[in-house]
Amino acid sequence: MSVAEAIAPPPRSLTGRLSDGLWRAPKLAVLLLLAPALLWLAIVYLGSLATLLRQSFFSLEEFSGLIVEDYTLATYAELFQPANFDIIVRTVAMAACVSVASAIVGFPIAYVAARYCRGAWKAAFYLAVMLPLWSSYLVKVYAWKLMLAREGILTWAFAKVGLTPVLDWALALPGIGGPSLSTSYIGTFLVFLYIWLPYMILPTQAALERVPGGLIAASADLGATPWATFRHVILPLAMPGVVAGSIFTFSLTLGDYIIPQIVGSGRYFIGQAVYVQQGTAGNIPLAAAFTVVPILIMGVYLAIARRLGAFDAL
Amino acid sequence: MTAECPARARVIHERLPMTATPAISLARVSRHFGATRAMDEVDLEIAEGEFFAMLGPSGSGKTTCLRVIAGFERPNAGKVMIFGEDATNVPPYRRAVNTVFQDYALFPHMSVGENVAYSMMLKKVAKAERRKRAEEALALMRLPNFFDRKPAELSGGQRQRVALARAIVNRPKALLLDEPLGALDLKLRENMQEELKTLQRSLGLTFVFVTHDQSEALSMADRVAVFNDGKVVQVGPPQEIYRRPVNAFVADFVGSSNVLPPSFVQATAGEARWASLRPEQIRLSAPTGANGALVGKVTAESYLGATTRYAVTLPDVSLHAIMPAGAFATPSDGRVAVAFDKSALHFIEGPAG
Repeated sequence: MSVAEAIAPPPRSLTGRLSDGLWRAPKLAVLLLLAPALLWLAIVYLGSLATLLRQSFFSLEEFSGLIVEDYTLATYAELFQPANFDIIVRTVAMAACVSVASAIVGFPIAYVAARYCRGAWKAAFYLAVMLPLWSSYLVKVYAWKLMLAREGILTWAFAKVGLTPVLDWALALPGIGGPSLSTSYIGTFLVFLYIWLPYMILPTQAALERVPGGLIAASADLGATPWATFRHVILPLAMPGVVAGSIFTFSLTLGDYIIPQIVGSGRYFIGQAVYVQQGTAGNIPLAAAFTVVPILIMGVYLAIARRLGAFDAL
Repeated sequence: MTAECPARARVIHERLPMTATPAISLARVSRHFGATRAMDEVDLEIAEGEFFAMLGPSGSGKTTCLRVIAGFERPNAGKVMIFGEDATNVPPYRRAVNTVFQDYALFPHMSVGENVAYSMMLKKVAKAERRKRAEEALALMRLPNFFDRKPAELSGGQRQRVALARAIVNRPKALLLDEPLGALDLKLRENMQEELKTLQRSLGLTFVFVTHDQSEALSMADRVAVFNDGKVVQVGPPQEIYRRPVNAFVADFVGSSNVLPPSFVQATAGEARWASLRPEQIRLSAPTGANGALVGKVTAESYLGATTRYAVTLPDVSLHAIMPAGAFATPSDGRVAVAFDKSALHFIEGPAG
């Protein structure tokens, strides 16, 4: 019986020698693995972002409609004109409302899934939450437009249960009301809420899932009623998940330009303003400046979210 | 000192000093999880001020029993009384018992002090008072100046003490401990055993202590309940459990024991019954060829420091014997004479089935 060699002979094949080489230079291996993604990020994403930023400092010659390639803050000043500033306020307010509402609507769903669902029920939960994400966004939005229309099922349902006065009252509210749900901010809000809700439920559920059952037992053991346990233990520990979810709901609402175009009062949101400025109006600098707004807002938002520990929940 | 019959073991807990109302009593309590009978008609009475251990292998129902007392599990049948009051359908937050959890269950988003003061915060005790009493409880646990630390910064032993401080700060009627020393290393464990015992005496609290470690149960408890398959097999003081186990399970689980079949007992003690024989009661010596002596062969030996443990094979049984270190040297052919006093044999119920 021959004795096995202590060390196998060096490989002769190219792949074998490559393996040996990469084993000795692990940093090179990491770099090779990341290279395609890094190139994509640097050129396609950061490159376009830089170009965009540059454009936002240009201005539009009012009479000729030509872009003046001199650096100026004039375009940013335009953002503060009442018509433009309203668009920003409207969009941010909508994003905030949608985030808060999806947290309120999503939390109980996430809670039930995390605390009570096991096995097949949990699979059913994931399916129910994710299924809408697999169908076309446009189909869903148009479906909502039909449901929210004056002749739609919601109006009909309100009438059937005798709540038409409530609907009329809501539509008569100044600022957010309108002729029908599908042509009011309430409608826009409802569609946003529906479309982005899964992005709130999933991180919240993940955070709740990580609250150990032992802590809930310990809280009850120390005399906390279920409500007190919720307030002092479950909610604080799930909060990073909720904030993580709100990053999605907030940023997605900030950037969306299709929903307010199909369902709503017709007044612009930031996304639509960008679309119109760069397309119809040909005012690329203003479109670029509008685009910088959500980027800045999200920068601030993410900084706050980080403080609240949201990134540990992702 | 003749061998006791199993029926005597049950008499023991009736002659224990009991106050009029037991601290905790369970009457025919069952808890089922689907087809699993985690607790099957368990009867228990725990006296006030007692250090009571619930001992058993994992899955024996001891932890479920503790959770039923704490209120985390609702029994399917039976009645739970806490200090004379029916607690069967009372939620945990209304029971005057507190629990020390196996994994400590400290709230990670609160400081050590906030953890300890949690129950007082719920009761809306004034903030200054809360802090004072939490600091006192922490000092009692030898954790002064830990109030503002976070649980994540503490070692396992320190977390253990915080969990204890949190559980005793309100002076509960009874303290439930779910394998509280399981996660600690040996040295710390031994220290904590002594400390817990001292704490229990100084506070005069009723302790209900769940453990799978028989030496822990024997060394700490005033009384031990041995659990197996969801049932309480034997209840009694540690000496009683060790010297007079009621059946083969208790004999084998509490300490180690040689469970001897009736044929062997018939030949040596003249009665055809099952018996248990503790390894330390067996004497090994070099065979002398004397008539009637039991002669066996040593098949394995393990040196344990103060003692040495031998595995000995006799014609019809295998035994374990423990001898003081240096008291016996195995001859080269491994043949040994095996001897024990007949009084060391303790008759038990035979193994089930």
